[in-house]
Formats: sequence, structure tokens, C-alpha cells
Amino acid sequence: MSAPTTAAAKHRAEEKPLSKAEKARLSEGKRAERRLGWLLCAPAAIVMLGVAGYPILYSVWLSLQRYDLKFPDDREFVGLSNYVTVLSNQYWWTAFGVTMLITVVTVVVELVLGMALAVIMHRTLVGRGIVRTAALIPYGIVTVVAAFSWRYAWTPGTGYLANLFSDSAPLTERASSLAIIMLAEIWKTTPFMALLLMAGLALVPEDLLKAAAMDGATAWQRFTKVMLPVMKPAILVALLFRTLDAFRVFDNIYVLTAGANETSSVSMLAYNNLIKGLNLGIGSTMSVLIFLTVAIIAFVFVKLFGTAAPGSSDEGRR
Amino acid sequence: MRKTRRTARAGVVAAAMALLTPLAACGGDEGGTPTINLYYAPEQNLQKVVDDCNAEAAGRYRISYQVLPRGADDQRVQMVRRLAAEDDGMDVLGLDITWTQEFASADWILEWTGDNKAQAEQGTLAGPLASAEYEDKLYAAPKNTNVQLLWYRTDLVQQPPTTWDQMIQQALELKGQGKPYQVITMGAQYEGLVVLYNTIVASAGGHILDDDGTEAVFDQGAVRGLEILQKFASAGVTSPSFTNSIEDDARLQFQGGNAAFELNWPFVYPAMQEGAPDLAAKVKWARYPGVDASTPSKVTIGGYNLAVSRYSKHPEEAFDAALCLRDAEHQKFSAINDGVPPTIESVYSDPEMAKAYPMKDTILEELRDPANRPLSPAYQNISTVMSATLSPPASISPEQTAKELRGSIQDALESKGVLP
Repeated sequence: MSAPTTAAAKHRAEEKPLSKAEKARLSEGKRAERRLGWLLCAPAAIVMLGVAGYPILYSVWLSLQRYDLKFPDDREFVGLSNYVTVLSNQYWWTAFGVTMLITVVTVVVELVLGMALAVIMHRTLVGRGIVRTAALIPYGIVTVVAAFSWRYAWTPGTGYLANLFSDSAPLTERASSLAIIMLAEIWKTTPFMALLLMAGLALVPEDLLKAAAMDGATAWQRFTKVMLPVMKPAILVALLFRTLDAFRVFDNIYVLTAGANETSSVSMLAYNNLIKGLNLGIGSTMSVLIFLTVAIIAFVFVKLFGTAAPGSSDEGRR
Repeated sequence: MRKTRRTARAGVVAAAMALLTPLAACGGDEGGTPTINLYYAPEQNLQKVVDDCNAEAAGRYRISYQVLPRGADDQRVQMVRRLAAEDDGMDVLGLDITWTQEFASADWILEWTGDNKAQAEQGTLAGPLASAEYEDKLYAAPKNTNVQLLWYRTDLVQQPPTTWDQMIQQALELKGQGKPYQVITMGAQYEGLVVLYNTIVASAGGHILDDDGTEAVFDQGAVRGLEILQKFASAGVTSPSFTNSIEDDARLQFQGGNAAFELNWPFVYPAMQEGAPDLAAKVKWARYPGVDASTPSKVTIGGYNLAVSRYSKHPEEAFDAALCLRDAEHQKFSAINDGVPPTIESVYSDPEMAKAYPMKDTILEELRDPANRPLSPAYQNISTVMSATLSPPASISPEQTAKELRGSIQDALESKGVLP
């Protein structure tokens, strides 16, 4: 997910100055161009339909059935009753609350830290390559591997962090477990946020900053009055991607607590019901609900905040 | 430059060969001896049993032992995922006894019939055998069983308790005298807590499910079980980390010397002889405490069954291989070398068993009158729901908890339940 995202962000950044000139030239052949565009997109669109559209429709179909691999003979169509079961269940809402909390806290903290990191990476003059590489290392580590090292670090007896703070086992209590999960998430994905924001920083023309400095703007004013407004589209894209990602948090929780002490996220719950419980009906219902939540988040970002998803029309991009 | 490129190319070819060779080896059973893939939990000396069976088969089949992950959940998930995809690369499956009904109901394992069935049943203890049946048909051959005992300190306890009330009473008396008094067992939110509760319910003559395994009943005995569990957890006789303990934690707590009693599997005894020999000299065993003084306890059994995958390409050889792996001779070998108690009764009277299992008479006494966990395809869900509801045991309120469990377990049986 990260590679195309950053590529797209960079691409947008570089392409922008060209687009006006191009627009005039293209207007007459627009129809033909558009048809060609569709044709060129077709293979990718068909592949997307096959690998994403079909599974989504299939889960919706499964979510409308009583379908439990343990009882293959009892398979039947039950309408929306699985949705009633899940939406009236306290485990689901607990997990939903936990997921929301993790999403909001991690995304906010990542935005602040990511911005600082992006500015540092952008402004570094000496050893730019080394600075950028060092900042990106956490993102390069496999999440499960990183999660294991966090787990051992917080386990009394094997870990340095557990002994540092107290003698208790922080991963056996709810509040401290959630804090550790969020810490691990933030540590891991702040570089990704920084990378997206750095692409936005490249959008800020150097002349504009110099002009502002000339007019007597302080560094903070230049940051809030010049850089942030220009970067707004990039910030919104970064927030959108991170929010969608954070909402699906799974691996850190799976390794750190396995959902004990009510630390399950909605993805963990879906996994437990699908893979461990073999209940395709209930599990698919949860997957569909997660999909819908993610869709709503994306809708809110795109329509209300005017975030431009990469590849959307020029008007949206601005 | 040229040379490096050639070296690089040679490297790529070598890497490709390395990747392809194991695949070639996998496909190589078409012509000659069929390979029977045995998927089983890690067991240190099982490979020796496999080698032995391969020698006995004299070319009819060759068993290849594929070691599953150590965690029970991971073992089940791997097998379940592959069986749901109709993977034909698995032949003999090592199932925890509580998975057998689930796999049978899902139509993933073959029924045992005729001669194979007769051989699997011959001399096998009734309790373990019942764990391998589903809807009155046999779906697996019990490979090994297991059962918990009461371990107690002879320097503190003259007469081992026969009921929970007595045990709690004795512990409180020892506490009053300022002596080691704790009763150690597993109380974390996991399968071990369900095993503890199941034993108490069975000893009280209660039922969690009805006899068909299709209805959640939670009768008087089951409520009684909740009362006893709650009383035990809140009587001040457990260790402080009771609600966080699994098997090995319990073993270490007892070895720590603050306890008078321990309810745990037999592995603790050899481990204690190694880890705390002075203490081990003072420790003896007795039958697990019951509920009423007049009725002996019925203790929950554990263990593994061997089943044959429906998608096996060589089912006939797979049945033979499974029978060989669990025959009396090999059960004795595994019992002595890997500490897994046999399911064939006659093995216990073998003179070689006496040295490795000084407690074998008590084990056998419990095994002749045991309790199974609810025999239902939905056991995994039932167990998850039960351990979540029973934890922590001190905050059980019997009638209320029973009502709650009755509802959530009925939901699990009807695929309507949501797992935490």
C-alpha cells in the first residue's frame, strides 16, 4: 500500500506545474483521449474487480447466511439476522470502541510526530540520505517482528522496559496494554506519515517562504500561515490513508495481547469468529461492517474535507 | 563485469534449484511407496515411533512426521484452514480430543469401520474412546490420554482430602497455624479454567450440555459447580496469581514451597524431582477431590486422537499407519519417553511402566471413571465463551452466571454466538 501511495503523491507534486499548459492543448481531443484512457484502465479495472470486487460481494453473500463450517448441513439463508446478532453484541461494541480509540490517538500523535520528522528530513543539508534512511527503519521492519520485540521488552523477566517502570506485567492489564499497543503502532507508522508529509512539503515553493520571511514572518508563522495551507491536500491524504490503515489494526494486537483483557480490535474479532470459530456467517458480517466503516471514513474525508484521492478529477485536487 | 554477471546468474539458477527441489521431493510418491503425512504436535521422541512403524510397514507406506506448531490454537488453525481448502497433502491428523467432534461434523475426517475400528477399540479405555466418537460412530483412534491428580505435602497433610470442602478446610487450618497452606491450580482465562470447572460439574453429577450435545442445560449440578468454584476462589486459599496461572506457573508456584496442595497433570512430578528434589521427597498423590464425600470425583481427561483426513490420497495406508503409531508397544514407548499416559488399559500393567509412573494406579483409577468435556462440534466456541464468563472465578454469582452461560452456549450451538 505504501509504495503506490508515495509514488502517487510524488507524481502529483511533480505534475502540477505542467497541468495547466496541458489542459489547453488537450481540450479538443478530450473525448478520444478519455476513451483511450478507459481502454488503458480496463485491464487494471478488470483485475481489481476480480481480486477485490468478487471477494467483497462474496462476503456480503456469506453474511446473509447461517454458514458454519462445523455444521455444513445447517447452511441456510437468514437475511439480516447476523447483522442483528453482531450489532447487539457487547463484544463487538467493546472492540469497536477500542479500535476507534486506537485509530484516533495513533493518527493524531503520528500526524504531529510525522510532521516534525518530515520537516527534519526535508531541511537536512548534511547526510540527507542517512537521515532519511534512519527515520524510515521502523517502517521497514516487519510489524510482527517489531511487535514481538515490544512484547518481550514489556514482559517481566525477559524485558528491559518492564523492569524499568515497575515490577508488574503491563501486558496483563487493559489500560497499559492499550497504551503499549498504541505506542508500538505509532513507533512503527510515524515514518510512513512523515514520508507522505514530506511529499507535501515539496509542494511548498521556496520563493513563497523567502517572501514571507522578507515580510517579517517568524518561523512559526511561516509554518502555520504558509506551509500548512499549501500542504493541506497532502496532509488530508496522509490522514485518510493512516486512518483507514489504523482502523484495520491487527498484527500488533495479535502478537502483544492476542485480544486478552478486552483489547481486541474489530479485525481481531472478525479473525476469531472466522478462522478460530469457523463461523463464516458471523465472521463475514463483521468483515462487511468493517468495510462499511472504512467506506464511511473515506467518504467523510473525501466529501466533507475535500481530500483528493489520488486519481480523482482535477476539480477535487485543486 | 562479465564475470560477476555470470556468477550472479549461476547464483540465481542455484537459488531456483534450491526452491524447486523440495517440491520435486513432495511429488515423488506417485510410483513407489506412498508417503503418509502425519501432522502432529511436537513430541520429542515421536520420530522414533515413526521410524519403527516405517520399518514394520516394510515398504507398504512411509510415514513422514510433519511437526505442527506448539500452541494448540495454532495447530488447529493450520489443519482447519487446509482442510477447508480440501488440501490432499495431509493424511493422518493428530487432534486434541476436544476437536474430534468438530472435524467429524465438518466432514473433514473419515469414519473408522470394520477391522480398523475393531483394532482401535480393542482394550481402549472407555473415556478416551468416547472422546473419539461422534453420533455413535468412531472417527479417531485415541493415541494418548491424560488426567490431573491431587498432589499434597505429606509433612503438612496426614490424610489427603476427598472433597473440595475438606481441602479448603484443611488449607484454612494450615493457614491458621502459619504453615504453608495454598491450594495451587490453573485459573487463568483459558482452557485450563474450563477443565477445572468441567471436573467439578462432573463430580457433582451435573451437566453442561444434554446427552446429545445439542442443548445447553446447566442443571443443578452445574450450578453447584459454580458455587464450589466461587467458594474456592474467594476462600483465601489460592495463590495470589491464581487468576493468571497456567500449567507451568502452577508447577513453579508449588515448587516455591508456600503450598500444601496442587491440582495438576502428572508432568509436575518428574519436573519436581529435578527442580526441587527435597520437596518432591515429601510429596504424594491422591485421587482428585470430589464434591460429595460419598461419590468419588470424575476427572476431566485430556489427550490426543489420531484421525484420517477425508482428502487423503491413501486412506487405507493412513488407517494402518495410525493404528501402528498408537499400538500398545508404541504407547508404552511414548508414555515412558514423552510422558503421555496410554489409552490402552493393559499397558499400565507392564512392569516397565512402574518406574516412570509411580502414580499409575491412581491415574488408572481416575481414567476408569472419567469425565469428558462437552462432546460437541462447537466445543471450541463453548470453551471460549465459558472461560471468558468464568474468569475471574471469585466474581461468579452462581444462578446468574449459569443463566448467562446457558444463553451464550445455546447461541454457540446454533452458530449465533459471537466469540470474544
